[in-house]
Amino acid sequence: MSNASEILTKSRMVSRPSSLEFINSIFTDFFELHGDRHFEDDMAMVGGLAMLNDMPVTVVGIQKGHTVKDNVERRFGSPNPDGYRKVVRLMEQAEKFHRPVIQFINTSGAYPGKGAEERGQGEAIARCLYVSAGLKTPVISIFIGEGGSGGAIAMAAGDRVWMLENGMYAVLSPEGFASILWRDPTRSGEAAELMKITAKDLLQNGVIEKIIPEPEEGIENNLQYTADIIKEELVKELKVLCSKTTEELLEERYKRFRKYGEFNE
Amino acid sequence: MKLFKKKNYIPIGRTVMPDSKGESVKPVEREEPVIPNGMWVKCRFCGALVYKKEMDQFQICPKCGGHFRISAKDRLSITCDEGTFEELDPNMTSKNPMDYPDYDKLIAKMQEKTGLKEGVLTGICQIDGYKTAVAVMDSNFIMASMGSVVGEKITRAIEKSTELGIPIVIFTASGGARMQEGIISLMQMAKTSAAVRRHNDAGLLYITVMTDPTTGGVSASFANLGDVILAEPKATIGFAGRRVIEGTINEKLPDDFQSAEFQLKHGFVDAIVERKDIKNALSRLFKLHGIKKEKEAAENE
Ligand SMILES: [Zn+2]
Repeated sequence: MSNASEILTKSRMVSRPSSLEFINSIFTDFFELHGDRHFEDDMAMVGGLAMLNDMPVTVVGIQKGHTVKDNVERRFGSPNPDGYRKVVRLMEQAEKFHRPVIQFINTSGAYPGKGAEERGQGEAIARCLYVSAGLKTPVISIFIGEGGSGGAIAMAAGDRVWMLENGMYAVLSPEGFASILWRDPTRSGEAAELMKITAKDLLQNGVIEKIIPEPEEGIENNLQYTADIIKEELVKELKVLCSKTTEELLEERYKRFRKYGEFNE
Repeated sequence: MKLFKKKNYIPIGRTVMPDSKGESVKPVEREEPVIPNGMWVKCRFCGALVYKKEMDQFQICPKCGGHFRISAKDRLSITCDEGTFEELDPNMTSKNPMDYPDYDKLIAKMQEKTGLKEGVLTGICQIDGYKTAVAVMDSNFIMASMGSVVGEKITRAIEKSTELGIPIVIFTASGGARMQEGIISLMQMAKTSAAVRRHNDAGLLYITVMTDPTTGGVSASFANLGDVILAEPKATIGFAGRRVIEGTINEKLPDDFQSAEFQLKHGFVDAIVERKDIKNALSRLFKLHGIKKEKEAAENE
């Protein structure tokens, strides 16, 4: 197992597969659906319909690029409000047609831009959390690479949250953390250790339910290895979640997030 | 009632908040008010030196009408009917879940400075005769950043109002997530939003009053989920920090960027209401939702 600093590097590698590659390796018949019906199609967020064996599902995911041009179009995987509104639209559509929702997360955070603020980045993320909390169909979220702050939790508020072995999830970037604590952003590796950002740490403190293994040769060389495991786990878990009544599903989802907090009274 | 005793306005020094990647930000362009000798306060909006005794209970700059940041206790005293506020969870305090260096010392220092246990006061009260839950965040306490205690107290206040079938009014002010508590602080966004959802599904009214500053994770959770969203004039309201955005887009942002007026223009705030008129606005909104005053409700039983 790598240490936190190595995992931070791996989670951000440009060659690391992003949501579209995972979607195409896990599901069949992917039909991409574009746009939020309000402003534009945010290319940092992808989504659509797909088959998990014989079960139709809704998939959404944050997409990083693998070339400079691709990355510019996709803003290095930092969604605008329009991206989060695409997620809300597709979640509500999934509810209407009784499809489970699978979310893939790979972002350093929501995009800090002028237009993003003008179009309500805060409201868009809040709406994602709000809709997730009451969605009457199962929601499973998978951290496939980076997971940074509000832009990540917007898509990790469902019934199960899983993480790849070399994924990470933190309240802010280790660079940001290091510059606040030591006034030195270059100490991000140290910060990563302190912040408990790895799948192992997050499993321990109950933020995630499952760690998905990656192949020894690196996930960029053998995506199918991990995709097959995810597929198997999704089939298993959705069987469990789909057998619950709506009331049970929503009550358990509420309790899942209700428990977070450490305080004295 | 002790809680409603007028407290002196205590300004704080610069509080550094995380500002990486659009989370947990501090409005950097505007300085905190500085008191040269305790009698004067500098307005962060117009720069005027204001003689404190010139200001009334609403703490408005007499030169430009700018609304100074107000403590949670002062806010309650100008909002709740006298003697009606019953505090919830008065003794809840933070732990140090990720062993952040000197976090305990920071909390102790803030408690001493503000007389508060944490960054929010919650309770049940009456506002112009209407029974309601209320939560008031206090930016003097580590910028009212949201950690376990802030998230838990707000969640419990929402749950209590759902249970009692009453509205809730939340005065928001926050620099964002409490980064000293790590990932658990981020979880508070989902927790509070889920509680709002249940309150909403019960058909109850939730009013947000956004005050200076409402940013980061709080803006991206319960603050933006009100049925009605009011804002105080000139309050900074936004998700990402101004400096972070300027660094990203390599462009200077206009002065009114992320102001309450900017949010009104872009459709994210229902109305800007001056502090002295907020109590009246809340009363009107309760009435317009068909809610009965406590006295009338009792008479009808
Ligand atoms: Zn002024």
